[in-house]
Amino acid sequence: MEKYGLAILLGIVAGFLARWLMLRSDYRHYPTYPHGQLTHLALGFIAAGLGAVAIPAIAKPDYVAVTFLVLAAEQFRDVRNMERESLNHLEETKIIRRGSDYIEGIAQVFEARNYLVIMTALFTSGATYWLGWEYAVVAATVSIAFSLLLMSGSYIGNIAEVVAGEVHFEGSLLKVNDVVIMNVGLPQTRKKILEEGMGVLIKPKDDDARLTLDAPGQRMAIVHDVVSILGSKVDINETELMPVARKNPDKGYLAFFLVANETDLDYFMEIIRKVPVLESARGTTLKSYFGRKAAD
Amino acid sequence: MDTSISNHILVIVTTDATKVLPGGCPVILAVDQEEQEKTSLLLARILGGIVHDLENGLYFICRH
Repeated sequence: MEKYGLAILLGIVAGFLARWLMLRSDYRHYPTYPHGQLTHLALGFIAAGLGAVAIPAIAKPDYVAVTFLVLAAEQFRDVRNMERESLNHLEETKIIRRGSDYIEGIAQVFEARNYLVIMTALFTSGATYWLGWEYAVVAATVSIAFSLLLMSGSYIGNIAEVVAGEVHFEGSLLKVNDVVIMNVGLPQTRKKILEEGMGVLIKPKDDDARLTLDAPGQRMAIVHDVVSILGSKVDINETELMPVARKNPDKGYLAFFLVANETDLDYFMEIIRKVPVLESARGTTLKSYFGRKAAD
Repeated sequence: MDTSISNHILVIVTTDATKVLPGGCPVILAVDQEEQEKTSLLLARILGGIVHDLENGLYFICRH
């Protein structure tokens, strides 16, 4: 009995630790809500418990318990729905929206993290049960490191080059270098934009990256992340200073225009480089035969 | 849910009455460019839209 107890305990501890490390309140402003964190830690604890009792239950052997475990694991599918719903509700009152691609990405990640917790707890309790607690520490460390590795996706900085652009007007058309952003009518707004506006170019490194940046969902994610850090001077009903990312249709690069509260161009570019590439927007043309041929 | 009209010309502000024809959209005639800009700004703020310039003396307000 003691052997089971230790295996379960170490499994739960390792799983909970993994969830805690994967729960980042980062600059993307999520999850910054204390209650949101508590919910996820509690769910992580349950997931860790599930993973930890699986091996002892089979070893005992208690097959009914194993069946119930599988049923309980089903519950974690709801984590995705929960995240998606709450973020979608919050979306309605946002001036700069995340976009459904970003929300779906976040929801998937939250679901996946719980499965990684189950896996960590399972390996740790298995190692404790069969090999002893010394090996459990190794198993826990390796699984947590593996989980963290899996959770780190690629960033815009990996697939594209971010360079400074020049904001200027051609008649009433606002442009960043050669990309038309929008038509601005009032002279006083034009003056403000010329004084405070910032523009950058996001140049894709290959055809996959070009398709990724083409996706409106990915562009919304870039705009949202930048605005959530640097702020924006756009207000409800006064949308003239709306941050916009538009592409050059011939060359495929994006021009991003923003009138920020913090006008720091270097950090502006650095933030864009750190925006995650969304799974649903990721271009994969170079993985297909015709895509590679057409890219020649 | 937002049910307001968007992507439509809400109102046209002009200094040159010969540039517009009756077509269902309100048209406001201004005496000079200064009044045109001021009226457009006020209308844009009230209607929650943006002032666009057609570069031929016509301003219009559109909500996006």
